Amino acid sequence: MTTQAMPMTAHPDPLLRPGNTNCAGCGMSLGLHWIDEILGSERPYLVIPACCGIVTAGAYPTSAYGVPTAAATFASAASYATGIATVAALNNEHHPVICWTGDGGTYDIGLATLSAAAERNEDILYICYDNEIYGNTGGQRSSATPEGVVTTTTPRGKGERKKNMMAIMAAHRVPYAATLSVAHREDFLRKVRTALSTKGFRFLLMLSPCPTGWKSEPDQSVELIRAAVGCGIFPVFEVFDGDRYVINVPRDGTPIEDYVEKQRRYSGLAADPSRLRAQIDDQWRMLERMIHSGRPHV
Amino acid sequence: MGRALVTGNHAAAWTLARAGEANRIARGCAGGAYPITPQTEIIEHLRNFAFTKGRIVPVESEHSAMGVCIGASLAGARAFTASSANGLSYMTENVFAAGYYRLPIIMVAVNRALGPPWNIWVDQGDSLALRDAAWMQFYTESHQDLIDTILLAFRVAEDPRILLPAMIATDGFISSHTTMVADLPDQEQIDAFLPPLNVPHRLRFDHPATIGGLTWPRETEHLRHAIQRAMELVPTVYAEAQDEFERVFRRRPHGAMEPYHTDDAEIVLVACNTMARTARRVVDLRRAQGQRVGMVQAKMFRPFAGQALRNAIGPAKRIAVLDRNHSPGAGGVFWQEAVAALRSRPDVLVQDYIVGLCGGDVTPDVLERIVDDLSARADAVEPIWQEVTA
Ligand SMILES: Cc1ncc(C[n+]2csc(CCOP(=O)(O)OP(=O)(O)O)c2C)c(N)n1
Ligand code: SF4
Repeated sequence: MTTQAMPMTAHPDPLLRPGNTNCAGCGMSLGLHWIDEILGSERPYLVIPACCGIVTAGAYPTSAYGVPTAAATFASAASYATGIATVAALNNEHHPVICWTGDGGTYDIGLATLSAAAERNEDILYICYDNEIYGNTGGQRSSATPEGVVTTTTPRGKGERKKNMMAIMAAHRVPYAATLSVAHREDFLRKVRTALSTKGFRFLLMLSPCPTGWKSEPDQSVELIRAAVGCGIFPVFEVFDGDRYVINVPRDGTPIEDYVEKQRRYSGLAADPSRLRAQIDDQWRMLERMIHSGRPHV
Repeated sequence: MGRALVTGNHAAAWTLARAGEANRIARGCAGGAYPITPQTEIIEHLRNFAFTKGRIVPVESEHSAMGVCIGASLAGARAFTASSANGLSYMTENVFAAGYYRLPIIMVAVNRALGPPWNIWVDQGDSLALRDAAWMQFYTESHQDLIDTILLAFRVAEDPRILLPAMIATDGFISSHTTMVADLPDQEQIDAFLPPLNVPHRLRFDHPATIGGLTWPRETEHLRHAIQRAMELVPTVYAEAQDEFERVFRRRPHGAMEPYHTDDAEIVLVACNTMARTARRVVDLRRAQGQRVGMVQAKMFRPFAGQALRNAIGPAKRIAVLDRNHSPGAGGVFWQEAVAALRSRPDVLVQDYIVGLCGGDVTPDVLERIVDDLSARADAVEPIWQEVTA
């Protein structure tokens, strides 16, 4: 019996080529393959700032990305993408311009650039793979790192809560913003499709398992995200025009312990589960307020 | 348009806009706009220009203004912006990125002192701090020189042998806000002078590559060396562009190091920007009194046109370098370059004069005092702070 190798995607050159340097169990690998599935024959420009995702590309002159890719300075993904999207539009090209960025380039150093591009409603799909840490530089805190997490710069566990990036993007009234879970494939694919077919600035936030930074087992990556969604620490939802909130996957009462106990980054247990539970409830109360205060949709 | 009374900022904006417009037959043009005194009017004019195929993006910072230029240039468009002082230092990271990406981006730098303290007046320290950024740098002495040099810079930057960005410097207020008569070139002339832009390494779908990713030491060293080789070719390509300019515009633009009465000079002043105009006047005054004084407009600072400087000074044995900038602990930046370029001429005395820092007036009498000082000087000494020590 012969086994026929199945092509990963319908087109010959995938977004992420085999042989890249991502760690086993890295959320980026799954995320990029799924995004590619929805892109199909549509080929995007990629803009990637300094982060793990640019190391993924490999060393010059090779490229693990099968599409034209610009390596941007750390804070500049959204400004480079603005220039590219501007010229693409002037020339009537129909290639989406996708920023693929870490949480450092999104929540921290790139926030002003991102905010400005969102405010101008540039025709860009901005995707943050949020591993809640500076992976590239060896695991320092970012403002996306949750409270209690041990990083190389928060040796006793981070004392501050994670920044609410979705609320910030919604406050820009961008046409579309959504969170992506690699444990919920259909929902993930549908929202990438929605984002790709929307004009203007679109923001997708993917919680990206990072076995290296999270001190978790690579084969547990997807299960960890399932637990994050189930316990409610990572709500799966979408926001239209900064106003209409839709919860896509309700939390299901999974104990927070199922999530934190499988990651040694939470071992400092400044990460007190009861504090985390209270923060999760807080976050959901706020989400529910947004759902009910949105303008009625007809 | 022909001859008109314009400010330096207006002249710069007129030229940038029409150079961008000239690329409507190719991939168009784009840039970022962010205000800072004294260049602000340039980006205001650019925002108001009705491009056929172009867009100037009103960004939130200079870092992003250059980011937009880089993105646009990577996508094959003609890209440009303008800035000054702290704007230039804020955008520095992306200024280097543009150079290392080999993108033919054009930026007008309206020179102003870096703050703090806040001082909005002219000083070349802001653009000179970017001298190592793999950009060409040109310093211009009049509105006409500014217009001509912007056009020459596009042509040289976009030449496939060069592919480097270029910064064109002009004095804050003294030039940017002062009116002079200048020839404003018509769109048709600029169309004839600037060929459609082709960025050979632009992002393309027929050859998907990652531009600017991880590169090992040996390969990076090769890329840096290629930049050096391109820089070495700039004087030649610039001279060719001067010829082509003369053919289209029926005027000869200034050379890399533009001499004035140096053929028989004993003393030569080396100066850039509006100080060069003042120096011309002092040359005339002294020549009327029978003193053999000449001057060289130091225009091409990066690459530093050393050979052109050696030729331009003529037989003079005494050179005064006028520096409206200061590198603390070292001295004037033009002086450092001039000394390096004249190392094969130990018979020439080269003295540095720090003048007009942070907007100080450099009047003809200041330069006349320098001529007198230099005539009487037996040896060169450490840089002289003209207005402070005199
Ligand atoms: C201006 C600047 N400061 C610092 C760095 C060093 N640096 C490179 S990547 C990085 C962290 C990236 O973290 P993140 O965006 O979360 O992406 P990840 O590496 O986790 O994928 C840092 C600090 C840089 N490249 N540029
Ligand atoms: S460190 Fe984390 S984000 Fe970076 S490649 Fe490894 S698993 Fe992925």
